[in-house]
Amino acid sequence: MRWLLLKDLQILRRSPLLLALLVAYAVVIGLPVGYGISAPPSKPKVAFYNGVAKQDNAFDLGGREVDASRYAEELFEDIDPIRVDSREAAIQAVKDGEALGALVVPSDITQQLQNATELPGIAEPPTLEVYYNADNPLKRRYVEQTVEARLAEANLALSGEVTKVAANALEVLLDGGPFPLPTGTIDVLGLKRANLALEGVRDGLAQDDPQRAAVQNVIAFAEVAIQSLDFAGPVLGAIAAPIKVNTNEVEGGSGTLEGFAVAAAVTIALMFVAVLLGAGMLALEREEYAFGRLVRGLVRPTSLLVEKMLLGALCAFLVSAALLGLLAVFQPVSLSRAPLWLPALVLGAAGFSALGVAVGALTRDVRAASLLSFLLSLPIAALALIPSGTLGDVAYDAVRGVSAAFPFKPTLTALDAGLNDAGSLGLPLLHLAALTAAYLVLARLALRRFGAR
Amino acid sequence: MRAEAVSKSYGSRAALKAVSFAADRGEVVALIGPNGAGKTTLLSILAGIQEPSSGTVSVGRKEVGWVPQQPAVYRKLSVGENLRLFARLERVADREAVVERMLELTGLAEREGDELGKLSGGNQQRVNIAIGLLAGPPVLLLDEPSSSLDPRQRARLWELISRLAREEQTTVVFSTHDVGEAERYADRVLVLADGELLFEGSARALEEAVGSPQRDFEAAFVAFLRNRGH
Repeated sequence: MRWLLLKDLQILRRSPLLLALLVAYAVVIGLPVGYGISAPPSKPKVAFYNGVAKQDNAFDLGGREVDASRYAEELFEDIDPIRVDSREAAIQAVKDGEALGALVVPSDITQQLQNATELPGIAEPPTLEVYYNADNPLKRRYVEQTVEARLAEANLALSGEVTKVAANALEVLLDGGPFPLPTGTIDVLGLKRANLALEGVRDGLAQDDPQRAAVQNVIAFAEVAIQSLDFAGPVLGAIAAPIKVNTNEVEGGSGTLEGFAVAAAVTIALMFVAVLLGAGMLALEREEYAFGRLVRGLVRPTSLLVEKMLLGALCAFLVSAALLGLLAVFQPVSLSRAPLWLPALVLGAAGFSALGVAVGALTRDVRAASLLSFLLSLPIAALALIPSGTLGDVAYDAVRGVSAAFPFKPTLTALDAGLNDAGSLGLPLLHLAALTAAYLVLARLALRRFGAR
Repeated sequence: MRAEAVSKSYGSRAALKAVSFAADRGEVVALIGPNGAGKTTLLSILAGIQEPSSGTVSVGRKEVGWVPQQPAVYRKLSVGENLRLFARLERVADREAVVERMLELTGLAEREGDELGKLSGGNQQRVNIAIGLLAGPPVLLLDEPSSSLDPRQRARLWELISRLAREEQTTVVFSTHDVGEAERYADRVLVLADGELLFEGSARALEEAVGSPQRDFEAAFVAFLRNRGH
């Protein structure tokens, strides 16, 4: 086996163009796909017209000055604004295809906000204008959802401000103190102090004074009011943020998007090199007519398969390790975690190479082996990258079943776990070991069936 | 070497039907017959590449040198590297000496360092034969060894094979479509058709069997097959 391995390495060394193409192909495909699948969609371009003069941005809310433009900024987190000078220009930008949508803030929005807070339920709520380009339904939905989600955030932030003002007003009503009004600040007695004053009045009245029962009634009412308003404070706080989000991960760990991109890029490179070499180098034995000569007593067929698997795995490991080293310049790749990601790289390479050897055992020449490798590799990678929740239960179970039969998913999971601490490592490694053994058995059976050809 | 009632079936199709024959040391035997007669199947069973469905072969794989129809060599390796690799795999004792001898025998000593893919088909075939001879087998099986060679290369090939049989007492069994070669270089011919061994004997005996000794061997061969319904 050693001599065959050396022979194959020598053949590869004498095929520099082929080798360079294989490595370049793996890297050129691996990097963009890896980053493409993990990059968030780019921010949509949205034309933005703010009709409010800068000095008119603030409005009074219960005596507090609130800057409305601060809430508009919420929108810019998810969109790429193209600032224009008029509503017409904003709409034109959408028509011209320069922007996917337009957001128009009317000049009286501050007044509308002021009215809404002063006359809730009577005044019209403040209204923003949104225009979409409907030529691409997918993009339209994306812009629509982005703007709506961001407006919901802005509404929530504004309602928080209103709640704070209301809570402050309640506090003044209860405890008394200064309260700002448009006409000036007034001193409010407050229910608690009023209650104390009433108790003083009551105690100053004779026991049989007919006024005493009436004062006692007012004191009782004040106490109920104090208790109720004491309770109202926390209730208002709860209304300001009615739902708290507690995020939990059911599967996976604490991996980052960048880390996942590295794992995906390396997995794709590993797949192409290992599958193509495993398949191609075994098929080459047939194409060179050496296979029959080798297996008639010089080498056992199983040894030949293991040798090709080791060759493919070794080369794929070297290419992927080099790629990982290159990526480490730009991305966080922890060398201290090498004892975790190295086994993932080794077993991933072995799994893919064993798959390649099985492909090579089924084909007669290098061209057929390469074609079959491509035909197999691209869909298994695509299937393994389908996220949960995008398909129905039955379809997703089928996709998971198919993905489990190939090394892409377990290699990606193992590399993600090894590189990024994203989930458990043991199970995918066991999965890869089992797949490697299964593909070698499949290759051996294929050789028995087609070996004499 | 002796083959006893060797049969081979692929599903319901019988490729060989109870073929028996023997070949002595130093004897050169030609297998001739139309396409699909079973020549390559018989040779591959004798070489140990395929198992027969029934019947026995008296020699083991280690005693047989196998020269397939297409040169079974690595075109990216040099002549010397090919010979050394297969000598290692054959576990040849004095590897370098044997490789040198093969280079001399095939007349390729000066091209030892040349990449095989850059050699002519004839020279590739000579390396193919040399690899089959590396372990010094008592039996050499060749599947259409001259099919890709020009006349000059053919002459050199048969000179080499005849020398092996004569000087090394190697038993040589070869298949060919060129019945003239069979007549010229074989001591005995075996005629196979549809997996059946129809004739075993010298070229002259085949001509006599057809009943027109004045005709040439190729015409006698065609007539023989026609008479037997092939």
